[in-house]
Amino acid sequence: MTQTATSSPENPEMIAPEITFAELVENFALFDDWEDRYRYLIDLGRKLPLFPDSLKTELNKVRGCMSQVWLVTGHPPGDPSKFAFAADSDAHIVKGLIAVLGVLFSGQTPAAVASIDPEAAFAKLGLDQHLSPTRRNGVVAMVARIKAAAAA
Amino acid sequence: MNALGKAKVFDVDKIRADFPILARQVHGKPLVYLDSAASAQKPQSVIDAISRTYGHEYANVHRGAYYLSEMATRAYEDAREKVRLFINAASPSEVVFTKGATEAINLVAHSFGRAFIKAGDEIVLSAVEHHSNIVPWQLLREATGCVLKIAPMEADGSFNLESFAAIIGPKTKLVAVAHVSNVLGTILPVREIARLAQAVGAKVLLDGCQGIVHQIVDVQDLGCDFYVFSGHKLYGPTGIGILWARAELLNAMPPYQGGGDMIESVSFAKTTWAPAPAKFEAGTPPIVGAIGLGAAIDYLNSIDRVAATAHEEDLLRHAMSSLAQVPGVRLIGTARRKAAVQSFVMEGAHPHDLATVLDRSGVCVRAGHHCAQPLMELLGVSATTRASFAFYNTRAEVDALIAALRKAQEVLL
Repeated sequence: MTQTATSSPENPEMIAPEITFAELVENFALFDDWEDRYRYLIDLGRKLPLFPDSLKTELNKVRGCMSQVWLVTGHPPGDPSKFAFAADSDAHIVKGLIAVLGVLFSGQTPAAVASIDPEAAFAKLGLDQHLSPTRRNGVVAMVARIKAAAAA
Repeated sequence: MNALGKAKVFDVDKIRADFPILARQVHGKPLVYLDSAASAQKPQSVIDAISRTYGHEYANVHRGAYYLSEMATRAYEDAREKVRLFINAASPSEVVFTKGATEAINLVAHSFGRAFIKAGDEIVLSAVEHHSNIVPWQLLREATGCVLKIAPMEADGSFNLESFAAIIGPKTKLVAVAHVSNVLGTILPVREIARLAQAVGAKVLLDGCQGIVHQIVDVQDLGCDFYVFSGHKLYGPTGIGILWARAELLNAMPPYQGGGDMIESVSFAKTTWAPAPAKFEAGTPPIVGAIGLGAAIDYLNSIDRVAATAHEEDLLRHAMSSLAQVPGVRLIGTARRKAAVQSFVMEGAHPHDLATVLDRSGVCVRAGHHCAQPLMELLGVSATTRASFAFYNTRAEVDALIAALRKAQEVLL
């Protein structure tokens, strides 16, 4: 279900990435070990705009087995031609993955959203294990919802 | 027990050498497998039995007049006898092969449930049940209009017998509870449960998926009517499970699925059923799964299970006291009678994050609701992290878990 920024009672702040995906790849390449990579990923999640508790509803819930994820879709402020989303999770790493999805998808045109291959992008960051359909952490379901909403 | 009646010293290194996967590394670290409650690793003898069957002794069972089919049939039926002895069932005809414990419970819900449970009858479950011992009864409720009642749990995860006694009565037709909780490790007082249930005329089904792994099970001594378990948690292959039921019950129950091998005679006017267990094994059964489970039972009979259980209890005690010393960790499930399963939560760290970070240290634990969402709700958590231990685990692996948890705190907090 598509929810525009103006239609939401709380008017949730959509993710507006400050860096490009290319910059994200460069930043990830700086880290030698997985600890630092996870720390950076978690930091990205911490910088996400606040997701209002009132939107953590069953309707906005994305099915994941191990953690909870909520997602609403809409448009960047004042630009209905582009796609944007806001999301949250109770798990730090999943929140970081949401931030990566934000860099990939939030603020893009519907055509760009349709053409982006998240699997290849996650592989470039060394995070591809998190996008496998067998990892039921909600990321795959989030991507499906993002693509469907942008195409609607 | 040896001839002198003393438990031998449990040689865990010797045991570990029987499980080839335990020698491998994950992310460049030695594998620390603490998820045996989800599925246990397999000894070489089980892997060999599967390979030998497919390589040398394989054919369909109960059909061929030729040597190979006779061999496969004998091996399949030998496996049934091994299961019978392992759980001390009165007869091999009381042992039904299924594709897993889930199918075994669904079989009882469909067959026994639809034949003997009517609108208004009550089924009593416990608060700690796995979804596989909840959902089949909800389906039965939809089909029959029966009522589900839930026996409560104490804050430490122990079963409250008094509350249980208060909610059962003449309307109770079935009590279906876990032998051992997969989340909390609680060993339920199943003998007392069975005694109280039978005093009101109810049948008792025990979900033995965890119980059979950590306890020596004698179904006649437990006093239950149905006991189900899966092969893969008992060091055997996936795709094989056991339904044990008293002969008179199996004989009274209608078939669950129709097909080949479960009939006596078939005509378009009338078909008559084969006696149990064939009545409940329609189609080609999980032949190699059954033979593999038989090999797993042979393996368990070859080790000192009393010493193995004592070793598991030692691991659990060591894990509980070590985990309690990690700042911010709260143990979930501290009942007095417990098997080697420990759930916990860590302040500020989601179980999913913990399991993901622990994986980088080679430590495999489970995170999530463990297919027990009603229990999570009762505990007031959305998920837990669970470490479960088998006799092939070591104290050093418990220490590796603790070290990995402390490292995870550095990364996550």
